Amino acid sequence: MSKNKTKLMLGLPYYFWSAAFVILPLFMVVYYGITDKNGALTFNNIASIAKPEHIKSLWLAIELSIVSTVICFLMAYPLAMILVKYGKGRSSVLVMLFILPMWMNFLLRTMAWQTLLENNGVINAILKFLRLPLIHIINTPGAIVFGMVYNFLPFMVLPLYNSLAKIDENVINAARDLGANNVQTFFKITLPLTIPGIMSGITMVFVPALTTFVISNLLGGAKILLIGNVIEQEFSQTNNWHLGSGLSLVLMIFIVISMIISAIFDKDGEGSLL
Amino acid sequence: MKKKFMIFLVAAVSVLALTACGKSNEGGTVAVYNWGEYIDPETLEMFEEETGIRVIYDEYETNELMYPKVAAGATKYDVICPSDYMVEKMIKEDLLREIDFNNVPNAKTNIGAQYWEQSRQFDPENKYSVPYCWGTVGILYNKTMVDEPVDSWNILWDEKYSGQILMQDSVRDIFMVALRKNGYSMNSLNEEELNVAKNDLIAQKPLVQAYVIDEVRDKMIGNEAALGVIYSGEAIFTQRENPDLEYVIPKEGTNVWIDNWVIPKNAENPENAEKFIDFMCRPDIALMNFDYITYSTPNDAAKELIEDDDIRNSNIAFPDLSKYQLETFSYLGPDGDELYNNLYKEIKSAE
Repeated sequence: MSKNKTKLMLGLPYYFWSAAFVILPLFMVVYYGITDKNGALTFNNIASIAKPEHIKSLWLAIELSIVSTVICFLMAYPLAMILVKYGKGRSSVLVMLFILPMWMNFLLRTMAWQTLLENNGVINAILKFLRLPLIHIINTPGAIVFGMVYNFLPFMVLPLYNSLAKIDENVINAARDLGANNVQTFFKITLPLTIPGIMSGITMVFVPALTTFVISNLLGGAKILLIGNVIEQEFSQTNNWHLGSGLSLVLMIFIVISMIISAIFDKDGEGSLL
Repeated sequence: MKKKFMIFLVAAVSVLALTACGKSNEGGTVAVYNWGEYIDPETLEMFEEETGIRVIYDEYETNELMYPKVAAGATKYDVICPSDYMVEKMIKEDLLREIDFNNVPNAKTNIGAQYWEQSRQFDPENKYSVPYCWGTVGILYNKTMVDEPVDSWNILWDEKYSGQILMQDSVRDIFMVALRKNGYSMNSLNEEELNVAKNDLIAQKPLVQAYVIDEVRDKMIGNEAALGVIYSGEAIFTQRENPDLEYVIPKEGTNVWIDNWVIPKNAENPENAEKFIDFMCRPDIALMNFDYITYSTPNDAAKELIEDDDIRNSNIAFPDLSKYQLETFSYLGPDGDELYNNLYKEIKSAE
C-alpha cells in the first residue's frame, strides 16, 4: 500500500465524521434558514434579526460575552504566568487543579452555582453567619457573566499557558541584559510573543459565551433573553426551525469573524491543545 | 495515561451494553414519554415484572417541549401524556392513534364519568385519550411572608413582594394568569386583550424573581420566594415538606386541566402501550401514583382507596369545581400559537 493510500485510509473515519456531523447539519441549517414553512426561498428568517426583541438579545449577548472575555483575560494572564514560572512538578499539580473541575459535567457545575448563589443559598448562609452583607446576584446579568467566566476561564488559561511556556528564557535574559526593567520586558517582549495565545484564548471564550443559552437560563432565571435563548426556544418550544436556523446563520457570521481573526494571529495553533 | 483511560472507557461502555442486554426482553418494550416526576418509579418496575415488557422512560417539562420531538418523528414513543389543548392539537394534526378500549378495560370502569365528559372538549368521541391526572393552577404562598388574605391574581403585581414572585415559564400558563386577571378568556385570540395581558406581564417583570417550571416547588419549599404560580398537584407535596405553604384558586378563575395518556400514530408497540395504559388505570397503581406525585387522580376507584380522610376530602386535591370560575385550554391553531409565542418573546426580552 502506498504511503498516500495509508494516509487516506487513516483519515477516512474523520472525513466521515465531519461529513455526517459537521457538514451535513450545517447544510440543513442553511437550508432551513433560507426557506419558509412551504419550502419556498425566503430571506425573512435572516432579516428577522432586525426585529427589536431579536436585535436586543443579540446586543446583550455580545455585551455580556465581551465583558466575560475581558474578565477571563485579566484573570487568566497572571495565572498562566504563575503556572509557567513555578517548577514543573508543582505546576502540573496547579494545572491539574484547573483541569479537574472540567471533568465534571458543565451543566451540573452551573446548577450547583444556582444553589450556591440563591438568596437563601449556601453562600448567603455563610455570609449571614459571619454577619456580612448578603449578595443578591442570582437572576441578574451579573450572575450570567459570573457563570460565563467560571465555565470558560480554563479555555483562556490553557492557550496562554502554552504560548508563555514556549518563550525562550534567553530572550527574557537578553532584554534584561540590555537594561529593560520588569515592566518594559513584559510589554515589549512577553506580551507581543504571546499574542497568538491571547487571540485563541479570546476566541475560545468569546464564541461559546456568545452562543450560550444554558448559563443564561440557569443563572438568569429565564428573565434575560440572549440570542442563544431565542434560537433554542425557536427549535425546542415554538417549533419554528426556519426562524431558528435563520438567526443561527446571523450568529454564525460573528463566530466566523472571530475565528478568522484568531487564525490570522495564531498561525501555530496555540489553541489546539483542547 | 491516555491509553489507560481509553481502556477504562471501553470497559465501562461494554459493561453498560451488557447490563442493558441482560434484562429480560421477552415481552418487548414500551417507550414512555411523560412529564418530569410524574409517576411512582416503583409502578414501572411492577409493570416490567408483571408483563415482561421493558419500559424505556423519558421526561419533559412542558407540552411545548414535548411536541416538536413527537411531531418530528425522530424518536418513536409508544405512550405520551399531553394536556388537553395539546391532545386537541395532536388529534387535529393526525398524530395520534385510536385506542382500542377492549384492551384497556380498567379505563372505562375506574375513571369517573365526569372526567370522560370533560375530555370531550378536546377529544370529542373519547377515542384517543385516557385521563391520567387533573388539577387547577393557582397561587402557592408562604404564610410567614404574606400576612394578607390571598384570593386574587392581582397580588402577583403587588410591589411589596418584589423579587419574591415565581412565574411559570410556559407560554399558555403565564398568559392564562394575565388574561384571567383582566377578566378575559384564557383562550383569547383578541389582539387587544392579548396586548393588555402582555403589557401587564412586562410591567410585572421587575417584580418576578424567576420564570421557572418544576423549580417552583423546590424554591417554595426552601423559602426562596413568597408567592408562586403552581399546579395544584404540587401543592399537597410542598405542604408536606413545608407546612407554612398554602394554595389558593384565585377568584378571577383559573385553568382546570387534564393530562392524558395517548398513543402516537408512529408508535412501534401500540399493544404494549395499551397494556401500559391499562396498568396505570388499575386502582392500586393509580393510588400508588397519587400518593407519590400528589396530583389529583380521575380514578374514582383509587380515590375510594385513599385512607387519609383529610386527603380524600382535601379542597386542593379534589376541589368542588362548581365554586370556581374555571376554563380549560383549547388549541389555538398555528396562527394563534405563533401570536402567543411572539408576544411571549417580547415579554422575555423586555427590561
